[in-house]
Amino acid sequence: MRRSLVTLVPILALAIVLAACGETAPSQPASSADGSAPAASADATPPPTGDGRLALIRSRGNLICGVNDGLPGFGFIDEGGENAGFDVDYCRAIAAAVFGDPEAVEFRPVSADNRPTALQGGEVDVLIRNTTWTVSRDSAWGLFAPTTFYDGQGMMVRSADGIATLEDLEGATICVQTGTTTELNLADVFEARGIDAEPLPFGDDTQTYQAYDDGQCDAVTSDRSQLLAQRTALSNPDDHVILDEVMSKEPLGPVVPLGDEGWFNVVKWVVFATFEAEEQGITQANVADMAASSDNPVVQRLLGAANPELGQGLGLEPDWAVDVISAVGNYGEIYDRHLGPGTPFELERGPNALWTDGGLIYAPPYR
Amino acid sequence: MTALAPPTTRVGPMEWLRRNLFSGIVSSVVTLLLGALLVWVAINVGQWALSEARWEVVTRNLRLFLVGQYPGEQAWRLWTSLFVLSILSGASAGVFGHTTRVLAISVAAFQVLLAAIMLASPVGPWITAGMVVNAALVWVALYAGQRGLVPRRPLVIAWLVSIPVIFFLIGGVGVSPLPTVSSNVWGGLLLTILLAAVGIVLSFPLGVLLALGRRSALPGIRIVSTAYIELIRGVPLVTILFMADIMLPFFLPGEIRIDRVTRAMGGITLFSAAYVAENVRGGLQAIPSGQIEAAQALGLRGWQTNRHIVLPQALRSVIPANVGLFISLLKDTTLVAIIGLAELLGIGQSVLAQPASLGAHMEVFAFIGVIFFVICYAMSQASYRLEAALGVGQR
Amino acid sequence: MTTTHPGGPGEHPGEHHHAVPPWRDVRVLGVAAQVAVLLAVGIGVAFLVNNLVSAMAERNLSFGFGFLEQRAGFGIGESPVPYDPNDSYGQAFLVGLLNTLFVSVLGIVLATVLGVVVGVARLSPNWLLRRIASAYVEVIRNTPLLLQLFVIYFVVLVQLPPVQDSLSLGGALFLNQRGLFVPAPLRSPTFLPWFGIVLGAILVFLVARAAARRRERAGHGRYPVGRVALLAVPALAVVAWLLLPEAPFQFDIPVAGRFNFTGGLALSTAFTAILLGLVLYTAGFIAEVVRGGIQAVRRGQVEAAHALGLSDGDTLRLVVFPQALRIIVPPLTSQYLNLAKNSSLAIAVGYPDLFKVGTTMSNQTGQPVSVIALVMATYLAISLATSLLMNLYNRRVQVLER
Repeated sequence: MRRSLVTLVPILALAIVLAACGETAPSQPASSADGSAPAASADATPPPTGDGRLALIRSRGNLICGVNDGLPGFGFIDEGGENAGFDVDYCRAIAAAVFGDPEAVEFRPVSADNRPTALQGGEVDVLIRNTTWTVSRDSAWGLFAPTTFYDGQGMMVRSADGIATLEDLEGATICVQTGTTTELNLADVFEARGIDAEPLPFGDDTQTYQAYDDGQCDAVTSDRSQLLAQRTALSNPDDHVILDEVMSKEPLGPVVPLGDEGWFNVVKWVVFATFEAEEQGITQANVADMAASSDNPVVQRLLGAANPELGQGLGLEPDWAVDVISAVGNYGEIYDRHLGPGTPFELERGPNALWTDGGLIYAPPYR
Repeated sequence: MTALAPPTTRVGPMEWLRRNLFSGIVSSVVTLLLGALLVWVAINVGQWALSEARWEVVTRNLRLFLVGQYPGEQAWRLWTSLFVLSILSGASAGVFGHTTRVLAISVAAFQVLLAAIMLASPVGPWITAGMVVNAALVWVALYAGQRGLVPRRPLVIAWLVSIPVIFFLIGGVGVSPLPTVSSNVWGGLLLTILLAAVGIVLSFPLGVLLALGRRSALPGIRIVSTAYIELIRGVPLVTILFMADIMLPFFLPGEIRIDRVTRAMGGITLFSAAYVAENVRGGLQAIPSGQIEAAQALGLRGWQTNRHIVLPQALRSVIPANVGLFISLLKDTTLVAIIGLAELLGIGQSVLAQPASLGAHMEVFAFIGVIFFVICYAMSQASYRLEAALGVGQR
Repeated sequence: MTTTHPGGPGEHPGEHHHAVPPWRDVRVLGVAAQVAVLLAVGIGVAFLVNNLVSAMAERNLSFGFGFLEQRAGFGIGESPVPYDPNDSYGQAFLVGLLNTLFVSVLGIVLATVLGVVVGVARLSPNWLLRRIASAYVEVIRNTPLLLQLFVIYFVVLVQLPPVQDSLSLGGALFLNQRGLFVPAPLRSPTFLPWFGIVLGAILVFLVARAAARRRERAGHGRYPVGRVALLAVPALAVVAWLLLPEAPFQFDIPVAGRFNFTGGLALSTAFTAILLGLVLYTAGFIAEVVRGGIQAVRRGQVEAAHALGLSDGDTLRLVVFPQALRIIVPPLTSQYLNLAKNSSLAIAVGYPDLFKVGTTMSNQTGQPVSVIALVMATYLAISLATSLLMNLYNRRVQVLER
């Protein structure tokens, strides 16, 4: 009898310890009026205090960024075990803007299916996971920051099968990822064209492309950039072609949870800053010099030398853009580092060129 | 009267074969068919394992499999925890015997297994040696315990102190000798064991409380306990883990953030507690009501009756069933791979995603399977032995 | 033991335990404990619900099921009922539910069969068979189901040949990477008369059996009517097959298309994997339940049956099994429940079961709270229904205590 009690005691002790650890520092908020506060902080000059997600992130000490961990080029784990990619660099850029430290990020891998829930519940501060902007998502998932990558849906097939158009896929099995716009587009396009093909949906990227590679489906559909990126990881990349047809518009960009315009503005302008920096020729290498010596008023405003109140209006330091550019570089640099020449993907800029070069990348004036 | 041993019959090998393998036409045919099948499987598996399998996929990633991304320079903290655990479980087995002996045997056997695996790894013989020394320590402590060299009370206190110490040792306290190691980098076998250990240790008391609640004479408490138990047992663990991993922020104010590993531990604990409760309830029901009436007649109060009369008997009788449950719990920790945590199976998937490991599924799965098998088999054998020792199920 | 409290003001007139102060009165304490527990639970639930409501309001979410009537828009790989993306979310949910039920029911039946076979094999006098059955049980029970599923899916099924080199059995059955393709029975014009013949034969069989039983009870000798009928029915069926102008079924035989087999009944790889995984895993546990049940029947019973001249088979069928069943049914129920709940692991191999369709729905509708509530409530309903059925069955097999 005594013995059984003796074993119970440490168990209870551990219970107490763990319960205490579970509630890691529940800092009490000043007030509970979370609905109205963000609107108030958005328009006023003083940096937001009290509640709002920006304050929450500051008090926590790091940014929680929802990312993909299985898409080479955009969001993946590199050989060193680090999160890397085009989308991941935008996480670091936002952390640099908020903390001045691009490493103050906790990467939270999110599946395509769990994305909206992670946003809606506030599990992530920002979702940067090759997510397509649509009207229903804008109203139900979260607020979409400017598009960082303009894409379109494509179809990858085995070249040996002699498929040239979507119509040739009559009767085929097509691998697709669940919870994506491509899953919906596939159904729409094939129905509109009267093509009868069977979708084979998978929950994550790795499984989808593994199944295609193993021959469980005849084709795989996704954003064209994703197809290009994943093709490099197939066992024989040269045996596969991507059809010329583009099935949809897929503007991909960061998303923040609904209900906090102040935080939305921060993410929005971090993205714009990378656009503007490329337009103004500010690079990772010269940003310090430019901040110190440029006499271009646009550059001076962006880098905080001229109008510190602009950064403060966002709730950031006046020189936040310097931190961003010195951490990850301008848009062109980010693009080239992960997707451009010298990478396995060698993607043309295409619609992702600056508007001055005939592309769609355009930032409103920073003033 | 002196009891005589039953007469022994000696059976020669031919007679044994005739009786056990070729007792009739049907039996002979079955034996031959199964024998052929067995030989065929053995040849194929042996050929694969010895010549075709790319075991370097496993040995190259052994670190990942064992501790995930736990920083190498902090590995001494895991060693220390293991060391403390070995000594304590050995000493307890010596002092208390029975249940704790199962723990000691498992701890020792497990380290010997790891040592054997480590031999094949490039990280080298030092780790093997460390494991063997640790396993030996279990036996040394057991011996010391049996000789009465270990006092009881300090041992209990040592256990009490060790649990938070190990927890802080692994997680860190944030200052120099023990910098925080975020639970994000806990992985592999380490995470599997932590999930299972916390789940087992916490779900047991919770389950006992729920079982008592369900048997309570007070309708309010009974209804709450019953509703909890039935609700949890009616849904799959995946849905609970999904809730814990993705939906939890909906139910908490934004300022409170619980890390993912803790959430998974919570989900597993809450799930398992309902099953423990039902096991314990079975034990409670088996206690004759005369015992309780006798206790009442002696003037014992409700909680005194429970503490001194009912629970000691009930808990003892459900130990084997609970061990079975805890084996299930250990296996169920693999489900956190579905929500993306890197426990043993999850890290296996990451390893398989490396370009160099392409197609080495069987090697990785076989390795993980052997680890689970050894732990679970040891636990189940220990529980059979315990069952026999306690006389449960004897008619 | 009980010390009286002289200091306690005796303000309990009319109480039967007049010496007991309220803080030691069992009934008062009982009420207080209940109030405390209910209050704690109530506050906890209120806290969670309150947070949920405010979080949902903040993100423009509402709790409701109106979305079930909206167009789903996503395809589902396999479905026992017609489904296309133009159908509603409600229909999609139904497909998920049916898939879960399909795989669970089929799994339960097959796992029971395999489990009984293995369980009996573990008690076989043949040493090799016994050993192999034990090894099977130990391996299955001591490794995680998810791992077994991965092995089946990524190791075993992937080794199947691609579509072009399908394994074929008699040109009607095809097995390849994409799954198993079997001929699907279609009703022919002679189906109804046929159905009548079979139904009649079954009725004859049942009546004959009942008659035989009555005669047995009346104390006359045993008549093999049941066994005769059992043989007669298939014989009748074969005769009818030959006599009637057309077979009752025509078979829709799978045909190799450009990419895939069309026609017939297709069992996809994902379905095969989850079914095989559930069956092999649960059978390991059922085998143990069956073995335990059989061993629990006292040895004297078997000896007595033998002494009465019953054969081994009759002993097992008439003496051992009915008694073992009483011990087997309750643990068997929980194995069935486990199988149904474990079917949610289908998400790991991509079979569109309830949980998988649920996660897709929660994504596409943007209503995770409503969807997950619906999914969990459905699982709960399945579990409760299974328990209820098995409890009814259990009541039937239990002996009435005299």
